[in-house]
Amino acid sequence: MALAGVFLLVFLAVHLGINLLLLADDGGKAFSAAAGFMGTHPVIRIFELALFGGFALHIAFGVIVSIRNRKSRPIRYQHRSLSETSPFSKYMMHTGMIVLLFLVLHFIDFYFIKIGVVSPPPGIGRHDFYSRAVALFSDPAYSAIYLFSFLVLGFHLNHALQAAAQTLGLNHPRFTPLIKAASALYAMIIAGGFMAIPLRFTLFN
Amino acid sequence: MINLNAKTPGVPLPEQWDAYKAGCKLVSPNNKRKLDIIVVGTGLAGASAAATLGQLGYNVKSFCYQDSPRRAHSIAAQGGINAAKNYQNDGDNVFRLFYDTIKGGDYRSRESNVYRLASISPEIIDLCVAQGVPFAREYGGLLANRSFGGAQVSRTFYARGQTGQQLLIGAYSAMSREIAAGTVKLYNRRDVLDIVLVDGKARGIIARNLVTGEVERHSAHAVVLATGGYGNVFYLSTNAMGSNVTPAWSAYKKGAAFANPCFTQIHPTCIPVHGEFQSKLTLMSESLRNDGRIWVPADKSDAELIRQKKLRPEQIHESKRDYYLERRYPAFGNLVPRDVASRAAKERCDAGFGVDSHGRAVYLDFSDAIERLGRAEISARYGNLFEMYERIVDDNPYRTPMMIYPAVHYTMGGLWVDYELMTTVPGLYSIGECNFSDHGANRLGASALMQGLADGYFILPYTISGYLSHEINTPPIPTTLPEFHLAARDVTDRLARLKKSGGKESVDHLHRKLGKVMWEYCGMSRNEQGLTKALGEIAELKAEFASGVKIPGGLKEYNPELEKALRVEDFIELGSLMVRDALHRNESCGGHFREEYQTPDHEALRNDDEFTYVAAWEHQGDAAPEMHREELHFDTVKLTQRSYK
Amino acid sequence: MKFTLKIWRQKNAEDKGGMVTYQVDTVSPDSSFFEMLDQLNQQLISKGEDPVAFDHDCREGICGTCSLYINGRPHGPLKGATTCQLHMRAFRDGETIYVEPWRCGAFPVVKDLIVDRSALDKIIQAGGYISVNSGGVPDANTIPVPKPNADSAFDAAACIGCGACVAACPNASPMLFVGAKISHLALLPQGRIEAERRVRQMVAAMDSLGFGFCSNTYACEAECPKEIKIANITRLNREFLAAKLAAEKEQTGGFAI
Repeated sequence: MALAGVFLLVFLAVHLGINLLLLADDGGKAFSAAAGFMGTHPVIRIFELALFGGFALHIAFGVIVSIRNRKSRPIRYQHRSLSETSPFSKYMMHTGMIVLLFLVLHFIDFYFIKIGVVSPPPGIGRHDFYSRAVALFSDPAYSAIYLFSFLVLGFHLNHALQAAAQTLGLNHPRFTPLIKAASALYAMIIAGGFMAIPLRFTLFN
Repeated sequence: MINLNAKTPGVPLPEQWDAYKAGCKLVSPNNKRKLDIIVVGTGLAGASAAATLGQLGYNVKSFCYQDSPRRAHSIAAQGGINAAKNYQNDGDNVFRLFYDTIKGGDYRSRESNVYRLASISPEIIDLCVAQGVPFAREYGGLLANRSFGGAQVSRTFYARGQTGQQLLIGAYSAMSREIAAGTVKLYNRRDVLDIVLVDGKARGIIARNLVTGEVERHSAHAVVLATGGYGNVFYLSTNAMGSNVTPAWSAYKKGAAFANPCFTQIHPTCIPVHGEFQSKLTLMSESLRNDGRIWVPADKSDAELIRQKKLRPEQIHESKRDYYLERRYPAFGNLVPRDVASRAAKERCDAGFGVDSHGRAVYLDFSDAIERLGRAEISARYGNLFEMYERIVDDNPYRTPMMIYPAVHYTMGGLWVDYELMTTVPGLYSIGECNFSDHGANRLGASALMQGLADGYFILPYTISGYLSHEINTPPIPTTLPEFHLAARDVTDRLARLKKSGGKESVDHLHRKLGKVMWEYCGMSRNEQGLTKALGEIAELKAEFASGVKIPGGLKEYNPELEKALRVEDFIELGSLMVRDALHRNESCGGHFREEYQTPDHEALRNDDEFTYVAAWEHQGDAAPEMHREELHFDTVKLTQRSYK
Repeated sequence: MKFTLKIWRQKNAEDKGGMVTYQVDTVSPDSSFFEMLDQLNQQLISKGEDPVAFDHDCREGICGTCSLYINGRPHGPLKGATTCQLHMRAFRDGETIYVEPWRCGAFPVVKDLIVDRSALDKIIQAGGYISVNSGGVPDANTIPVPKPNADSAFDAAACIGCGACVAACPNASPMLFVGAKISHLALLPQGRIEAERRVRQMVAAMDSLGFGFCSNTYACEAECPKEIKIANITRLNREFLAAKLAAEKEQTGGFAI
């Protein structure tokens, strides 16, 4: 769970790096170049398979653990729990599910087009992700969904890094607070970075 | 007629235990597997005995009323455990620990047992450390010690204020290992209600399964009682709610002599009683008296104003305070032994100088110490105790003096045992606080843990082999024997009788009544008139209980009221025996203070010529119990009067 | 003070059970929570009803017997305290108080508010000890232990085994309980000898008893009456990973030459 999660954390950072190129004021040249590289380079293709595996494992573990955890308390409390917990840690399954739904949408919009399962909308090339992104973000409803999804992902991630450190047995009186801070910072950068893109397209176009 | 032969080895004191071990018969490993031992109770004594007997290869059946053996009340011991290690190089040795214990017990304990206890004490610490007990340590990595009441050396090992907890977890862990190995079988949530004798030997018990209500029979080649003390006879005490005398009392009824039942330890620093529904008293560690000063208002009028909450203790001027311990005992001041400090507090409150709304409390004041050492230092020393006090009383002891009052804490009396820790019933052993033990008429701080573990880890496992060596040809005892049948029927009848009594009063109500009688007449100070009155009142209470107790719920289910009823019924009978014992002992010694026997300046006055003996009481059915004496011989120690002036 | 109590009543393990509402009046703010329940029970007994069964023993916060889930929190609203150390002054006059048993599949209800926590004992039996016999051990001062290690070991060993961590955990996981025991023994040189075996066996026992998995919500740390830190869970994870990686060694007895 934690190891698969850590792998996904790296992926997110790379994905964000590429997406931020959308913000470059060059009509999508840099972005397209990077996307093209990611889409064709053989090493990246291998990583892509690993990535699917990582997602599958992370989701499968998440579901298995959640089912087992629900079963471990067959009769629930009448009074809702008022115990203090790490923020959103109780809702990792919920936030995870929302992110998964977004992922499906995201696949339909980009990945399935790329691999040719779904045909692109008229006027946009199969590999022209820039135009596709510009088109999608011009729809405020899509942007809203996108913003919401990444806000939720941010909450998911806020707990992720520090929980992974905890699960992998990394703890130190001095460094644990740093890990927690790093975890929150990472969540903010990822969520904020991704959210900047629709905001830029919706507000300034 | 019972035989009080202590079976002390006939060699000089320091050689006795080695001589005993050298001559003790053993049981071979292949025979140990065939022998069953029942251990009742899982406190320090019971858990350590069960673990050790299991390691040796016996089949152990361990019983406790709690849901887990780890919860036995040894867990609540705070201060520490004594051992003659002399790690501090301050002149300690086995003889000094022995001597301090005998003197602290006011010369009413058996020299041979106490010497053995002192000589075993270092081994206990070695074992506990090997088990992973996290004792306090110095920066050099070696063990730390502190000093405790009644000693001039630092020989107390401790784990913050939770020494009992850590030692018990050590014993519980050792026992858990044996449970996993299959040598110990645990029966939790069981009340042991009777001891079964076959041909005069202890061969089993009758237990009630507290969850199902089922009356069960369990057999063994020997039975060990490690059931703790009987302080709950006073209703309010520092004991756990479930602490009870029932297994020991059924042993008494089956012929085991009960020794010195009136020797009770009243601890001077407990949080005072707050109201009618109070269920339990909380101890504040004795260590507080190192820095706190005890006082009451010097004027009755001030005390009265405080009781009415019209005056705060901080407002009373220094000159209007009576530091009565410092006044009466200038040499020891606030550090006099437990029994002396308790009686002095009672004397002031009886005279009308007590504080708190009901006048049953005195002040323990830290303002001088805070001024002298600073708040930070006081907080470092006693912070957790201050917090505990504030949590219970809702008052800040850094600002307002603590209120304290004595409370029942430990019972030195218990089942009579010989040098082998066997009671007067063959095959029935008693260890830990449950026996009349090594503490005489007063126990020193940090000695209870030492005794429990010495008995369980190191003494009983040897001595019981001597007895069991004669049992190797006895096959497992069938629980279908008529003796088991009869005992089980008696228990079933008793349960049915209690359930049927159909009265109006709850068990707690009657228990509280018993507690009041015991505390009033057989508590910190006693006199002939009061004790005689108490005998009558307890008899009345017994009748009232028989006809007037009300127990809701059924017999075949979890029924806490029924459990309490069984316990209280036994406490009522025990109370009567305690009063009888207190009445016959015409002297004051240790925790037993008879007002008729005191020096002109109100100190305890022993009568060594007539009372240097253990009073062992034998049950006589409905007739009055018969008292037997075990004369105490002091060959090594000279008897002197304790003085703290 | 006056209170409305909503208490879980269940006759035995087979009974379905449900919440029942009671009123108690004239409660002293200085009463402990249990003394308030004692008072309720006296009322019930005098009316001929079955009193509420709850687990309690030492009533001074150390035995770990008490186990009430009060208003959505194990041991109630007071931080770092057991139920028996909770006093009624912690509540508002007239407040409605929910009282429930610990909820966990591994802790079946025995009656009313009493649960069976022997699963925790089973975890200890799987390895929560140092395998030494009584006698034949070295002198206590033979092996020095750094004071910080001894102190941390004590902090972990302060666990009273009440199960509040399980009750608080959204997943009903006993990781704090297990982590405390692993830490206590792993921090001492005496306990290191069999540390690998211990952690593997205790974790296996924990997983076999029907508890949930830790998802690092830290509710256990927030509710532990002895304020045991989650750093103990981290140490458990670390010890476990290391033991798993080293597992080959013990199984094959090392490399034969």
